[in-house]
Amino acid sequence: MTDVLERLGSQAALKVVGTRPIRPDGADKVTGRATYGADFALPGMLVGKIKRSPHAHARIVSIDTRKARALPGVKAVITSADFPDLASEEYEAGESASNLRDLSLNCMARDKALYDGHAVAAVAATSASIADEALDLIQVTYEVLPHVIDVEAAMGPNAPLLDEALFTEGLEARPERPSNIAKRNQLARGDPDAGFAAADVILEGRYTTAAVHQGYIEPHACVAAFAPDGQCQVWSSSQGQFMVRSCCAKVLGLESSDIRVTPAEIGGGFGGKTTVYLEPLALALSRQSGAPVKMVMTREEVFRATGPTSGAVIEVKLGARADGTLVAADVVLKYQAGAFAGSPVGAGSMTALACYDIPNFRITGYDVLTNSPKVAAYRAPGAPIAAFGVESAVDELAIKLGLDPIALREKNAVRDGMKAAYGPTFRDIGYVETLDAIRDHPHYRAPLGPNQGRGVAVGFWFNVGGESTAAVHVNEDGSAVVVTGNPDIGGSRASMAMMAAEVLGLPIEKVRPIVADTAAIGFSMLTGGSRTTFATGMAVTQAAQKIVADLKRRAASLWDVSEDVVDWLDGVAVCLDPSKTAKPLTLAALAAQSARTGGPISAEVSITAQGAGPGFGAHICDVEVDPETGHVTVLRYTAAQDVGKAIHPAYVEGQIQGGAAQGIGWALNEEYLFDGAGKMENAGFLDYRVPVASDLPMIEPIMIEVANPRHPFGAKGVGEVPIVPPLAAVANAVRRAIDVRMTDLPLSPPKIRAAIDAR
Amino acid sequence: MPHVVAACSSCRAFTGGLAEFDVEADTVRRMIQALDRRYPGLGEHIDRRMAIAIDGEIFQDADGAPLTAASEVYLIPRIGGG
Repeated sequence: MTDVLERLGSQAALKVVGTRPIRPDGADKVTGRATYGADFALPGMLVGKIKRSPHAHARIVSIDTRKARALPGVKAVITSADFPDLASEEYEAGESASNLRDLSLNCMARDKALYDGHAVAAVAATSASIADEALDLIQVTYEVLPHVIDVEAAMGPNAPLLDEALFTEGLEARPERPSNIAKRNQLARGDPDAGFAAADVILEGRYTTAAVHQGYIEPHACVAAFAPDGQCQVWSSSQGQFMVRSCCAKVLGLESSDIRVTPAEIGGGFGGKTTVYLEPLALALSRQSGAPVKMVMTREEVFRATGPTSGAVIEVKLGARADGTLVAADVVLKYQAGAFAGSPVGAGSMTALACYDIPNFRITGYDVLTNSPKVAAYRAPGAPIAAFGVESAVDELAIKLGLDPIALREKNAVRDGMKAAYGPTFRDIGYVETLDAIRDHPHYRAPLGPNQGRGVAVGFWFNVGGESTAAVHVNEDGSAVVVTGNPDIGGSRASMAMMAAEVLGLPIEKVRPIVADTAAIGFSMLTGGSRTTFATGMAVTQAAQKIVADLKRRAASLWDVSEDVVDWLDGVAVCLDPSKTAKPLTLAALAAQSARTGGPISAEVSITAQGAGPGFGAHICDVEVDPETGHVTVLRYTAAQDVGKAIHPAYVEGQIQGGAAQGIGWALNEEYLFDGAGKMENAGFLDYRVPVASDLPMIEPIMIEVANPRHPFGAKGVGEVPIVPPLAAVANAVRRAIDVRMTDLPLSPPKIRAAIDAR
Repeated sequence: MPHVVAACSSCRAFTGGLAEFDVEADTVRRMIQALDRRYPGLGEHIDRRMAIAIDGEIFQDADGAPLTAASEVYLIPRIGGG
């Protein structure tokens, strides 16, 4: 039991955590008052726009900006010459180390344009139309180069090279020639060859996925103002204002202390807003023009120039005994990185077999440069892709052996005390409980009709902790403000307020959660990796606990008793010494007397949160396939997940439903389509089809609560896991509906119709 | 003394292929320093690229985390997320 729960008695004693209060940001959002990135404005603001490469791969011979600069109304024109030519070195800004030079070159191409849509210049003008005209007047001379987008083609020895100085990392010896393969990694256990030799059944499959975009509704947007004294301000939509500050400082060669970043309300991120694209450019334009500059991407720009996740090839070989016991596995993952190294193949490798206890395996991952936008994080980065391959193969194994797919997974399931495929020993996991939940659910036994099929798949995500700061301030009326540095993407404000309210003993309406700018709160890592409710929630809880300790001290002072005989119960200080006739003191009463007892009541806590509990999910999907058109309708969907402790259950259910919906889109509809010249053909929501409400049934979430003892309330991250199983859950359902294993996502009607015809 | 396992191939580029080693150290920082002395460059690689799992619990940036003689330490790639 955690320290907080020990003090409160048990989970059952919780009064706020675990309830479903109205979200604090709800009224602003439904009435249109919430200020998103594109809503912000400053007096004298200019419009910034970007000129983008029309070529997938081209050497930039020259850029002539003279005509654009001469156009009336144009106040600034920038190219790579306006940015420092940075060395290739790693830096910490997002959640882990990134390459500084790559970040800079992705914001503004220098010698080569590496993908269709790569920024090559930018302007700031007094109107959007003048800015557009100025972009047309910028003359860029290109030497068009051969391009490569397909991941396996990019790995070939004769593929066009994106970076002639790139030599593959992770090989036994340094290769003699450069390559598009940035890195090779390998995880292994036991003796895979001996394992396969001892297997009764060996099954092999090759699976492919297309690059897909996070599909957040709000395009990237920012306003930047560079003052004459060098002080800068940025207002932008991102998953981390401190990340924006650090990235801008590095790309522009500024001091972080000279940049203040205010987070706007965010209209979705899903990992795609964990880096910068616009902000350094807006600052550079503002520096040159002397006026604030606003930049807002179009949807087309979002698709062409911001991070999708990788398209990939997944090769899976499984060896099992006749009873279904897995004895060996060999998994090869080839992930597109886009124009710069850094695909999520490492996480894909670590998660690929994380749900299974297999004595012998080898997992090999390749991070491969391609002439497409640099990939960005997307919800459980890398894991859904690997799971699509592995979960499809496990399903095929169940069919081959005549076993129930849940029973097969349960037979090989990891449990507490077992070593994860990526090394550490699992503790306090709720994986088997998710399998039990879907096996026992009426959905699993419901009858199916003609052309219908039912698929099962499972998924894993680590969840992370990291650096977080939180402050709690008590107002003079006894209400409280909770201040954090994490943009609220998925309901974290509500969760922060609830945890503080629980500790303080206040009703939730008396706690106001605020997301502060970089000058108003200590550092926090960005909102991502399902870390905020866990890590920042831990900081909030500790800050609230400090407040309670302070309140007890103040009450003791007023009563002239020892702090040892003061307790804090339901928001009231009570004296436990029966010899005293001390009247209980409410928070409001103590706040009213704060000047006499030590001044304002306030506490700030900064931590590096450790002990994030890993999450598991198990999904069931029913589909019906129209044999004439190949169209797939998702009939029913149930998703069970170990959530540790749901702080705000409605938000947790929403995360599970949202992740499943995005995974279904990945499975059925979504893909980057390129023409022969490497230009994206479907850069808009009409042609890049994400599922909408009418495409989906009600997704039924099942929350399994196996508490994480390292979190004060038992929470585990919940946002990533639910996107991991759906790709395979849908594909496995289609397999059972049409009796054909579909291995190439998305499962679009033409592919399915062709597979049916070929039966 | 703590037993260290390099679960991913990237560390093994520094260790001549060795995946497991015993290190005399009572904190994570001292373990990293000892590994760097034994395998030059590995310390910086761990600092920048790796997370550390001690007896099953994953730590990032936890120099002061204590190690015991019975500790099992896994070096695993850093984990981000969306």
